[in-house]
Parts: sequence; C-alpha cells; structure tokens
Amino acid sequence: MANHNDKKMTSGPTVLAEVAFIRKEDAPTLSPPLSEAGLTGWLYENIFASMLDFSSFGAAFKSVMITIFTAFITYAFGSQLYGLVDFAILSAVWTDPSNLKRQACWTVEQGGNLPQGWHGACWPYIAAKAKFIIYGAYPTGSLWRVNLTYFVGGAMLAWVMIDRFPYRKIVGTLLLTAYPILATVLLTGGGFGLSQFNIGVNTVLGLGLISFGRLGKAGWVTGPLADLSQVAGVAGWFFVFFAVVLVSFGVDFNLEAIDTRDWGGLLITLVVASTAIVVSLPLGILLALGRRSNMPVARTFSIVFIEFWRGVPLITVLFMASVMIPLFMPEGVNFDSLLRALIGVTLWQSAYMAEVIRGGLQAIDNGQYEGADAVGLSYWQSMRLIILPQALKHVLPGIVNTIISVFKDTSLVSIVGLFDLLGATQSTIADAAWSTPVQASTGYLVVASIFFAFCFSMSRYSMYIERKLNRTREH
Amino acid sequence: MAQSKAALRVKSQLTGETVVSMQHVNKWFGQFHVLRDINLSVEKGERIVVCGPSGSGKSTLIRCLNRLERHQDGNINVNGIELNNDVKNIDEIRREVGMVFQHFNLFPHLSILENCMLAPIWVRKKPRAEAEDIAMHFLTRVKIPEQAHKYPGQLSGGQQQRVAIARALCMKPYLMLFDEPTSALDPEMIKEVLDTMVELAEDGMTMIVVTHEMGFARKVANRVIFMDEGQIVEQNEPEAFFNNPKSERTKLFLSQILGH
Repeated sequence: MANHNDKKMTSGPTVLAEVAFIRKEDAPTLSPPLSEAGLTGWLYENIFASMLDFSSFGAAFKSVMITIFTAFITYAFGSQLYGLVDFAILSAVWTDPSNLKRQACWTVEQGGNLPQGWHGACWPYIAAKAKFIIYGAYPTGSLWRVNLTYFVGGAMLAWVMIDRFPYRKIVGTLLLTAYPILATVLLTGGGFGLSQFNIGVNTVLGLGLISFGRLGKAGWVTGPLADLSQVAGVAGWFFVFFAVVLVSFGVDFNLEAIDTRDWGGLLITLVVASTAIVVSLPLGILLALGRRSNMPVARTFSIVFIEFWRGVPLITVLFMASVMIPLFMPEGVNFDSLLRALIGVTLWQSAYMAEVIRGGLQAIDNGQYEGADAVGLSYWQSMRLIILPQALKHVLPGIVNTIISVFKDTSLVSIVGLFDLLGATQSTIADAAWSTPVQASTGYLVVASIFFAFCFSMSRYSMYIERKLNRTREH
Repeated sequence: MAQSKAALRVKSQLTGETVVSMQHVNKWFGQFHVLRDINLSVEKGERIVVCGPSGSGKSTLIRCLNRLERHQDGNINVNGIELNNDVKNIDEIRREVGMVFQHFNLFPHLSILENCMLAPIWVRKKPRAEAEDIAMHFLTRVKIPEQAHKYPGQLSGGQQQRVAIARALCMKPYLMLFDEPTSALDPEMIKEVLDTMVELAEDGMTMIVVTHEMGFARKVANRVIFMDEGQIVEQNEPEAFFNNPKSERTKLFLSQILGH
C-alpha cells in the first residue's frame, strides 16, 4: 500500500494499470512469533511484558516495582504453601506402629523420638479419632447404616448431577422423597410405632383428594369447585406421602434405635446442611413470590417472616430453639434437640434464600410477565415455566453463595450441645492420650480440609451449571 | 396493489358478529384520566388500525381488552365474555385473544419452537407431538421454520417479531391485538413483519393494530381510529380518513406524520 501511495505522490495522477493488482501466489501462512504463542508467549504476555518496559523513566520505574511486587507475592505465597506441604506431608508422622499414642508425636525434648524443633502433622491421632470425627458417638456396630445412607445419597446425587445419565428426573424425585425417609429410618432406627388411625386417615384423605382432582381434570367438576379440585389433586399427594412416611417410620425394621444425642461429626454437619439446603430453596421461592404477591395476606406474612428471621443471629435462633421451646412444651414432652436445631437453621436460611431469589425476580422484565399472561398461562404456570427459570439463573451465584454459607454455619450447632464436624474434632483435641503441641493444628487442618472440599465442589459445580445454562441460552 | 386491495375487500365480507364491544370505558392511572368514555365495537373479520400521538391511550386501550390493564368504569365484552374481576373470564379471554408486543416479549430461555409450543401444551393441554405440529405449521407460515431450534437472542428483530406472531397464532385466537409491532424494529425489518400481518389479514383474522404505519392502514384496515388525550377523536374508512379528515386534531396529526 505504502508503495502505491508513494508513486501516486511522485508521479502525478494514478494510472489504473499501476493500482490494479492481481495476486499471483498466496502469501505464506506462518506460525505466530514466539512472544505470542505457547508457554513462552503466555509467560511473556501475562508476566514479563509488564516488567520489561524500560522505554521511559516512568515505565522503567513501573517495571521495577512490578518485578519487586511479583517476587514478593511469589515468595509469600510459595513459603506459605511450602509450610503447609511440609507440615501436612513432608514432616508429618504417618504411623504409630508401636502404639505409643501421644509419644509418637513428641520431640526428644518432650520425651519422644522426634528431633528438636520438629513441627508436623500427627496423622496417627487423626486415624485413631477418625470414627469420632465422621460419626460421633454413633455405635460402632451400626456404622454400616450411616455408610449406607452416605453411599445411597452420594450415588443418587451423582446420578442427578451427571447429564449423560438417563431417568435423572425420576432419580431426582426419589432423592427428594424416598431418600429422606430411607435416611431417617436408617439413621434413627425407625420403629416409632404404627398408628393405624393416622395412617388410615391420611391414606383415605389423600386418595380422596387425588380422585377429586382427577374428576376436576376430566371436566366432571364445574363451578367454583373446579379450582378447588386442582389444589386438591396436588394436596392429595402430600397426604399420601405423609401416610407413606408414617408407615415407613412406624414399621419395626429390627434396627437398634439410636438417639440423635449419639450422632456427631460429619454426620451432623451433613444432616443439618442438606436438610437446610433442600428445604430452604423451595421455601425461599415461596416466600420470595409471596413478598411480591398482590395478595395482602401472603405479602404481609412473607415480609414479617423474612424480616423476623433475618433480624436475629443464627446463634440466637439456636439458643431459643434449645432453651425456649422446651419451656413452652408440656412436661415430659421431649422435643429432639437435633430436630429443633434443624428447624431453626432451615427457617433462618429460608429467609436469606428468599431475598436472594427476590433479587432475581426483580431482574425479570415486565414484558415477560405480560407475555406469559397474554398467551393465557396461569399464575403458577407462568412462574414455573417463564419467570423462575430465568430468575434463578440470574441469581445462581447468589444461591450457591447462600448454600455454601449455611454449610459452614452448621458448625454453630455445637453451641447447643450437638457435636458437628468442628465440635467433634474439638472434643478429640481435649483427649489427653493424644496430647501433643501439634494436636490442635492437625485437627483443625482436617476440619478445614473437609469443609473446603465440600464448599469448593459446590462452587465448581455451580460454575459448571452456569456455563451450561449460558451455552444453551446464548444471547 | 389495487388488485390485492380489491381481493382483500371481497374476502372481508363482515358477518355482523360482534367480537369486541366497549361501552363508556374509563380508566385512570392514579389521578391521570387515561381513557375517557371509550365506545367501540368490532365485528368479526374487521381490521382496525388505532393511531394517535404518544400518550393518547391507544396502547392502554388494547391492553384493556385482555386485562393487561384493568379498566375502572364501563363495560368491556370480548366475544360474549364480560371482562370483570372474575379470573375465570380473564383466563378464558386471554386463551382466545392473541397479542403481539412492541418488544416481542419472547421467552429468552426457550427455543423458538418451545416458545410456540408452550401455550398449546400448558393452556390447551395438547399432546407434545400435536403442539409441535401446530408450532411448525405457524412458523412455516411466518416463513422461519428453519430457525425453530434457535433461541430468541440469536434472531434479528424482524424474525423475533414474526416468531411472536406465530406464538400468538398457535393458540388459534379469534382476535389478534398488535401493540406497535414495528416500532422497535430497524427500517429494513419493518416490511417483513408488515407482510406477515397483511397475509394474516387476507386470511380473515380480526385484528386491532396500534401502529404509525399509515401505508399498512391504507392497505389493510377497514377502519382507522384516531385517538388523542384518551378519547376516540375520529374514526372512518381509511380512504376518507386520510384524504378527508374531519377534525382539526386529526389534520394536525396527519400533517405531522405524513408531512416529512
């Protein structure tokens, strides 16, 4: 181009023959310069490019500062990482073959065999306490029940989360209905006694309502009762489900009854967290919809509920659940303390969930509501099919944030006498048989790693979901 | 042009069956009296164009017909169903009245096909396969069957608006409401949407169209309604309306929109 222009400048008006151009052979395709491609290119672009600019005094000063800063950060991070690896792996004591217990992790000075100044993890202590950290005081002979619960739950969850698997909806439904029953029976032992009356009432009522709903669907019910029949059809299933629950809890499976006071460790953490997460999401959706509803009763109830539960700290909720509720109960009625904590955490969590979801609802353009109305969808249809899928997608990071935060908040139940993961580990740290200077560090490292593993997986899975949603719904 | 208009007139022999009747309808937004004593009757097969300056209440008028807005006073009757606070009546009217919006209001998380199948499946309780047939039929009619598996965000404005028309048609409505269907479109896309609407008119659909497309009004409308400050100021056949407007306000409006 430059050539042509030069000619034009020097030799007067351009002759067409000089500008016209026909390519005779293709220009070669070359690989990019080294500074643009591969590892070197990446390193140059992302790290060294900003440090090697000495074109002016200002640029040189900036380069030097960035170099110093980079070196400092690398060193600080590296030394911490090395410290952790050294503590947990390189310097750690792994085995205790001669059953020395605490002496296995003592230095010479303290009466053991390790060199002076030694600092490392004492893994034999964790191995000895692993059962308590994972299961609490759950009877050793019945641990298979907990393991089976973990296994079935984990397998079903994995099934639902992996896209390629068939029947994911069915498995998901079972996970939310049958699995909680199975888990409760396995973990507690079930056999609470059958009340034929209660079961009968629920079954008859449930089946009756479902048939009423079916009649309505078939067009046999008219007038104001038609709407009622729709609600009845749905409500019927709840009664039937409740009857199934009663039967499952009532039948004696010949399992040893295990009081929730004996539960502990990771078991409590998972039970509280998963219940709170699974129940608070639908409850939060209902509360969020209620808060935006036109119906004064629903709106007022939702606002009062949300503001009350958001206004009290979780610790207060747990204290009230464990101290106040028994005061209001008639003498002799013992309300299970785990159940009380569960209800407290769940309701508290629902309020937060509701506000996150409300944020998503507010982001939906009014045109979406009108579009849904105009094609004749009912309120619940438009919420379920149009509004919520979009709103929940908007606030997925916020929902996962709330879920992760409740997962960690479950450790607060230790203040009402439940030994969750943190509480159980803490109580093993008090064991004099394993008393060493590294006992607490080792214990807390384990707790932190377990919490991190769960929270990080949730975070990664939510990012996967976000990417998937963005892929299928390109804008 | 003249021929197609003549053909249109022949097809549009009116049966005298009233589809919409509004009697002394009043509506307020807070203190603002937005619709003032509206009386309007629309027969089956009629194609009505509503025009007027912005803020004259023309969008509000048609939005009252499927209860996207609530009127406070007067009677609205759509195909024999009284529009009042009874949710049943509202649902029934919405099922039978299609609406196309200025900003399309397609559902961005559903594919084009799913957008069109949604209402037949959930509102009309059609089986999936039948709903898909219906959707493909109308997508073919608005000439975009090949886009069926894309998402709204991947389509041009004109294509999106044609999908919106197809989505409304999938419910087999007896009345179509168009709320400024071409106002949000780039000029080169307006024609494809108007062509679709003309074809719809040729098939005898009853239509109420809020638009500033006067060419469309001349070509398709049986009646043009001019609104100003919440009232119907003038209504007439298109020829008479454009060539010989009676009211001063109509003359002013027409000179403003046709005079450039």
